[in-house]
Amino acid sequence: MFGTTALFDELQRIQREMESVFGSTPWANGIRSSSTGFPPVNVGTTAEEVDVYFFAPGVNPDSWDISIQNNVLSVAGERRVIREEGASYYRKERFDGEFRRTFSLPDDIDPEKVDANYKDGVLHVRLQRKESSKPRQITVN
Amino acid sequence: MTEKTQLATKQETDIKSVSRQNEPSIRPAVDIFEDESGITLHADMPGISRDRLSVKVEGDTLTIEGDAEIPVPEGMEPLYADVRATHYQRSFTLSNEMDTDKVEASLNQGVLTLRIPKREEHKPRKIEVKVG
Repeated sequence: MFGTTALFDELQRIQREMESVFGSTPWANGIRSSSTGFPPVNVGTTAEEVDVYFFAPGVNPDSWDISIQNNVLSVAGERRVIREEGASYYRKERFDGEFRRTFSLPDDIDPEKVDANYKDGVLHVRLQRKESSKPRQITVN
Repeated sequence: MTEKTQLATKQETDIKSVSRQNEPSIRPAVDIFEDESGITLHADMPGISRDRLSVKVEGDTLTIEGDAEIPVPEGMEPLYADVRATHYQRSFTLSNEMDTDKVEASLNQGVLTLRIPKREEHKPRKIEVKVG
């Protein structure tokens, strides 16, 4: 269940190989995606569902705005970093503000069957595939 | 503000413990600020729960470390990944005016907050000027 390291290591290896062939990452960025790169995202698929993980710690849970329209998943939110006045800052690396990321989804996603869960700073969006496109065993009469 | 309380990051090579040498690790983004009574550090560590987080002080080195736990359905194939590792690690050098016995840590939705107070004798004191 938690074999993520191996999973993403394998992806990293594939990506490295692709980079060595194509010169840069082969995936195209969504035209609507923001340039901030926050939050980082991982996407994985199974025969039944598509799973999108947003690594977005400290987001105000009320600010999550998740929608699907025309097979485009849009996830927006807000993270406000409270800056202390009068303190002297040595490092300010953390993202502060509003963000939005959008993804084109596979055609077989059922927009009615989507759930999202925010835990330990990771938003996990589960999108189920339509029944008709799930693998089926055909019995021979 | 005092110059000597700077939290300087050590070189990557200094901080990696032997067993982790070959494992890719994420350097969490941090905000660090100082006020009169101490230093506050916020670090982004999504996927970290309290029992998988380690905050330790060895000598003058503060290390934050942890392994993210991401629920993944069985048989999942990766399609795209910005995040390629699940191990977080970052170290900072502290100066001796910080009271390392009294470091307080809290974790909220993947954000680690550390409060490192200054030793009593190093807190700024107001000197009354007597007019006489």
